[in-house]
Amino acid sequence: MLRFLTRRGLSAAFILLIVSAVTFFLFFAVPGDPARLACGKVCPPETLVQARHNLGLDQPIFVQFVEWVSGIFVGREYEGLGHCPAPCLGYSFVNQEPVFGTIVDRLPVTLSLTVGAAVVFLLFGVGTGIIAALNQGKPLDKIASVSSLIGASVQIYFIGTLAMYFLVFQWQVIERPRYVPLTEDPIGWAYGLLLPWIVLAIIFTANYTRMTRSTMVEQLSEDYVRTARAKGMSARTVVLRFALRGTLTPIATIFGIDLASLIGGAIITETTFSLQGIGRLSIQSVNNDDLPMLMATVLLAAAAIVVFNVIVDALYAVIDPRVRLS
Amino acid sequence: MTIPSETTAEPTTAITPAATGGSLVGRSPGQLMWRRFRRDPTGMISAVIVLFFILVAVGAPLISLLYGKDPYTTYGQDRPGLLNDFGFPLLPNGGISSEFWFGIEPGLGRDVFMQLVYGIRTSLLIALTATIATTLIGIVVGIVAGYVGGRTDYFIGRVIDVLLSFPSTLFIIAFMPVLENLMVKPEEETPVWLRAATLIIFLTIFGWAGLARLLRGNVLSLREREFVEAAKVTGASPARIVFKELLPNLWTPILIQSTLLLPALVTSEAALSFLGVGMIEPTPDWGRMFLRGTEVYTDDITYLMFPGIALLIFVIAFNLLGDSVRDAFDPKIRR
Repeated sequence: MLRFLTRRGLSAAFILLIVSAVTFFLFFAVPGDPARLACGKVCPPETLVQARHNLGLDQPIFVQFVEWVSGIFVGREYEGLGHCPAPCLGYSFVNQEPVFGTIVDRLPVTLSLTVGAAVVFLLFGVGTGIIAALNQGKPLDKIASVSSLIGASVQIYFIGTLAMYFLVFQWQVIERPRYVPLTEDPIGWAYGLLLPWIVLAIIFTANYTRMTRSTMVEQLSEDYVRTARAKGMSARTVVLRFALRGTLTPIATIFGIDLASLIGGAIITETTFSLQGIGRLSIQSVNNDDLPMLMATVLLAAAAIVVFNVIVDALYAVIDPRVRLS
Repeated sequence: MTIPSETTAEPTTAITPAATGGSLVGRSPGQLMWRRFRRDPTGMISAVIVLFFILVAVGAPLISLLYGKDPYTTYGQDRPGLLNDFGFPLLPNGGISSEFWFGIEPGLGRDVFMQLVYGIRTSLLIALTATIATTLIGIVVGIVAGYVGGRTDYFIGRVIDVLLSFPSTLFIIAFMPVLENLMVKPEEETPVWLRAATLIIFLTIFGWAGLARLLRGNVLSLREREFVEAAKVTGASPARIVFKELLPNLWTPILIQSTLLLPALVTSEAALSFLGVGMIEPTPDWGRMFLRGTEVYTDDITYLMFPGIALLIFVIAFNLLGDSVRDAFDPKIRR
């Protein structure tokens, strides 16, 4: 296990390095002067040169990249701007402060959105999938497959906005989604994010229902399930302890992908519900030409993807003892 | 007919004589697939709906001629009595009337029906071109990686790893303005064709990796099969092996993947337009209709309904079609 994690960890780090290098060179190779932003509207030439020097923008691009990467591990000194401690992802020209602080501020919103929605769609999706598989061909199965088809085809900016219009503005059954820190008020936190959770769940549940149903149907006809039944085990044990275990592998795969893409920035969801998470932050930094901030969000999103890939692969071995890690 | 194609059709040949009830008729896998597909009502209905969308896209100018309006004229602004002082339609339900079937766009006052009809063109054209390009690159890279193997395979594998780890939406949003800065002078407007081409290129760059990985896996297992070995022993050239032995066995996954890819790309394009980096005015575009729709939804929800429902029907029809194509090709899978 340890060898596997080390090897995969290294290759994940390598992928992240490539992703950030590609992004860095593409963005910073553009004509345009980030130092001008740092310097403000009225900018005397000598201040501009100073700002460029302080931010390290007068160096060759390769040196800039090396400094950026080393800053993540050991921190960085910006002349005249102060110290940027260890995970230094850069210095935002727009906010006039290190990028990392803003990311840390915004991350709880995205994490809350992701975790809450994930719990809902995982439980609901797998649950409906099992029910559909056990009632194969019956009306319940048909209902599940039709609704998951619609769920999988609908767009978040469409049903999200419809939900806002009807539930929030017309019928006023729920308030506008907003973020309240979990530590401050757990009930307010859940209540504020309830609508985005439900809407995200509608869209994501579909995948899990379909996946669970089809794998479950396969599993139920396996020999070991028949043996378990023949031994006289209760239907409940057979389904939940035996058959479900076999369906977990494909579910873990899509769950990893979905979690990663949501943490990396649920851009559209956050835009639809105007939540100030990482997704909104990335859009705002595009609009503000805030390249260091943008770099950080791209890196975060890529990191979420590669980290979850490793976690999912390691999970396979836990779920299915036959899988050998290599 | 090559040997490999017959091996794929094996499970079906046993069924067909019984189905036709009597004399043996030789059928190609394509014919068999078509026969199975025709017997699947869901597949046929979704195919008709998909065809309808394509016909509307192709016949948009004709519809415009018959309907008597075009997607560019700002009727609401040109003619008094259609929009109120805030730019919203005076008539209820988004200004739906016998003259404006689907209502009027808030603000600019263009005809929603025409926007929708011409919007299909934009979406389909971009998504279709990107699908074709993606599929072609995916096929070539996948086969090369799987067939050549060794270092080439390793290198391609790492490139795919990186591409699949790239936060593509975020990257496109971020990079679109950068690219435009390079290509277009600040005082000029971005030409529509340039934006369309950039969208297609971006969607392709981030799209091919998945298909290539899938096909590589298929080629890896096919490569070890007896018929490929036999071809090698008989001295067939690599080109012959790739085109005559491997490719016929790959058509099924390729066709299934590209039917599922098209709706995915239509929604990706719409999402990018929704986020403000898709097609630019005045080209009609569904994604931009969503963007405008979400801006005005508290005052005029009707405007959002049309692109929303149209896209929903389109995607459902395509997803169902993809499922039916898969079932028709692979009768072993029963949903």
